[in-house]
Amino acid sequence: MSAVTVPPTTEPVAPPRVHYLNSRYGLKSWLLTRDHKRIALLYLASVTVFFFIGGLFALLIRLELLTPAGDLVQSETYNKLFTMHGIVMIFFFLIPSIPAVLGNFFIPMMIGARDLAFPRLNLLSWYIFVVGGLFTLWAVVHGGVDTGWTFYTPYSTTYSNSYVVVTAIGIFITGFSSILTGLNFIVTVHTMRAPGLTWFRLPLFVWSHYATSLIMVLGTPVVAVTILMVGVERLFHLGIFDPKLGGDPILFQHLFWFYSHPAVYIMVLPSMGVVSEIVTTFSRKNIFGYKFVAFASIAIAVLGFLVWGHHMFVSGQSVYAGMIFSILSFLVAIPSAVKVFNWTATMYKGSISYRTPMLYAFGFIGLFTIGGLTGLFLATLGVDVHVTDTYFIVAHFHYIMVGGAIMGYMGGIHYWWPKISGKLYPEGWARFAALVIFVGFNLTFFPQFVLGYLGMPRRYHAYPEEFQVLNVMSTAGASILGIGYLLPLIYLFWSMRYGKAAPANPWGSTGLEWDTPSPPPTENFAVTPVVRGEPYHYSHEEVEIVG
Amino acid sequence: MAQHVVPRKVYFAVFTALIVLTATTTGVSFLDLGPWNTVVALGIAFLKATLVVLFFMHVRYSPRLTQITIAGGLFWLAILIALTLSDFMTRGWLPTLQKLGP
Amino acid sequence: MADATAPAAPVTTSAHGGSPELQHQFDTVDQQREASSFGMWVFLVTEILFFGGLFLAYTVYRHTYSQAFAEASRHLDITLGTFNTAVLIVSSLTMALAVFSAATGRRKAIVVFLLATMALGAVFLGVKAVEYSHKFHDHLVPGPSFHFPGPDARPAEIFFSLYFTMTGLHAVHMVVGIGLLTALVLQARKGRYTPEYHTPVEVCGLYWHFVDIVWIFLFPLLYLIGRHIH
Repeated sequence: MSAVTVPPTTEPVAPPRVHYLNSRYGLKSWLLTRDHKRIALLYLASVTVFFFIGGLFALLIRLELLTPAGDLVQSETYNKLFTMHGIVMIFFFLIPSIPAVLGNFFIPMMIGARDLAFPRLNLLSWYIFVVGGLFTLWAVVHGGVDTGWTFYTPYSTTYSNSYVVVTAIGIFITGFSSILTGLNFIVTVHTMRAPGLTWFRLPLFVWSHYATSLIMVLGTPVVAVTILMVGVERLFHLGIFDPKLGGDPILFQHLFWFYSHPAVYIMVLPSMGVVSEIVTTFSRKNIFGYKFVAFASIAIAVLGFLVWGHHMFVSGQSVYAGMIFSILSFLVAIPSAVKVFNWTATMYKGSISYRTPMLYAFGFIGLFTIGGLTGLFLATLGVDVHVTDTYFIVAHFHYIMVGGAIMGYMGGIHYWWPKISGKLYPEGWARFAALVIFVGFNLTFFPQFVLGYLGMPRRYHAYPEEFQVLNVMSTAGASILGIGYLLPLIYLFWSMRYGKAAPANPWGSTGLEWDTPSPPPTENFAVTPVVRGEPYHYSHEEVEIVG
Repeated sequence: MAQHVVPRKVYFAVFTALIVLTATTTGVSFLDLGPWNTVVALGIAFLKATLVVLFFMHVRYSPRLTQITIAGGLFWLAILIALTLSDFMTRGWLPTLQKLGP
Repeated sequence: MADATAPAAPVTTSAHGGSPELQHQFDTVDQQREASSFGMWVFLVTEILFFGGLFLAYTVYRHTYSQAFAEASRHLDITLGTFNTAVLIVSSLTMALAVFSAATGRRKAIVVFLLATMALGAVFLGVKAVEYSHKFHDHLVPGPSFHFPGPDARPAEIFFSLYFTMTGLHAVHMVVGIGLLTALVLQARKGRYTPEYHTPVEVCGLYWHFVDIVWIFLFPLLYLIGRHIH
């Protein structure tokens, strides 16, 4: 392996005359495309819509919680708000976001391929996503679901009067979108790597998506069949989880969490892959401990399947099973910690530049660490018994999902925006937005740790007076966070029209995707590249970054 | 999948074995073997499935990746069942907890 | 990473004179076949986990209500169940022979064996329909009209809930399989499958065999539990 200097192209180069965005025009050329890059943009549009719908529910929740009394909405409506917020954000934003947008766009490019293994399946999986989303939106518009995103039985199967079956169908359908994406990635990485691209020369973004795909393929089918059972029980009065018939509601919880715990790793592993790419680029340094980071991704995927019972410590589950799940939950923190150490060691004595993607990466590392450490508190059986179903849990998972996963997503969108759009985003506004998001996020969710510890339960629309100050802080933070998310929506759209043209490699990054023009041609590479060295082979020369 | 073409007589041999095993499993189910009834029934089912996988689905002649993939799927199912049973089968261990069922 | 000065491997696409069946994202027919086959195996793994959730529910309740399950199981028709198991095994043989025919260039035989597989699948579904209607007449369909003689009515209802859900889901997979076979027959009649290219036949064969294997497990678990008890 030689240390190769990869200087960025300093003059803004005119974008190539024909590329994937302008090669064909018209609605049909987008809706019937097989180009993984166009499909990624179709997903980008869809998940953005769902993100803001989920955000709207969050806004209504926080508005209600400004005052201790339940005075904005009725309790049944509030139940629907937190349910729909969870369902939309988890199934229609967090799970697809990075894999279906950035993974679809860049995995073929990172391995030197012209497309994924199954391009038509890729398009089908977007249509499946949209159809599932429409079912769910239909349910939302007609009155929503009030069971919590967790659909616990027997409330969901027998007693709820809301649109459980329609929503269940929507999620069931969308699950197949996830399964097909994971299948496509696994087959692609195994069979379509460029000559010379061995497994240990793959970018860590690919490793993390491979691990994510394993989870998608192994876990999603279980929640799919579980949702099927809930629907069948509700529609045909079959009793599988019904205690009146001798059924066990805890069986539902086992089946549900077998997927839904690994699902959180589906949501965060791709973000970790993004962070690996950003940290190496903006420290101009090779990743510290490449193999450790690669194997840590796989370890997280595997161990993540062994811990689901930590969501059920107070459910009536056997205490012996609880102890097993508790110990295993401690173990799964180890590979995550390895990654945090390795990113930090990468930055040590690196040449750091504080571009927007790097700001988001910093945010990820700090906030994910806080979220992860609080996860250790929750893995401790004795502590969890006290804080379960309180705002402590809500804060914990938002630190990981928003402070972690979404920050990684935003970092990735900004990092690869020049490649995707051929334009540079406005760096000043982008840094400002990142800061607003960081401040807004912490103001929203840190008080929730305190609230939970003091005993405020989750999923309640009214609360005792003494919790009001912290709730007001949280709502104030949420407003700031909302503005922070609106800013990129505005300036990224703006940049598509008015942004400066981006060179092929504005950040001076190594990586096959930067070897093509911005935006790339439809077939990605005119000639299949041959890989001869390790990834992240930065030199120590001073290089000026454009953009 | 391998270019290797499996000769028809292998298929017919496997087919015969599968029919014999089916007849056996039905017949044995009428004999009282106590708890072994379940073991025998599942054992025969696994044997039949293995024959189908190895010969009808050509796994005997397939690359290692295929075999690892199948093993992975089965192992993951085993995780689901084993850890869930670790709850249901230990519920009665503490005397104060109610057991589910009669 | 990419060495700009070294000559890169040539890009091979169907436009460059490869087989007409070669899709543009693949470099060689072998790579395409390998990817298709591996893709179907990954899909079958998802199916293992999909049915697996139901097998888990079955395992938990059989462990808890072993006696009631044995009694309920005796209400299933063992003759029809055994017959159906044999039908599916024959259909797996005909499917394997269809793949064999494609691999050895026997074009007419491909169609014959595919049709035979479909017919056997239809027989299986017909028998299931007969069984379901018997259960309906005997008031063994869970719901308001369920009636099971004896004290174990509640766990028996769980048994039948699982029976209908598991065999119903299996039947849906059979219908999809017959649909796939129909598509294969239509292509095979046009002579599309040759010894060099018959990946769709192989891949659908994998799916069909998998659905057979699911039944291989469903049969003893549902039909053969309590036969030795009288």
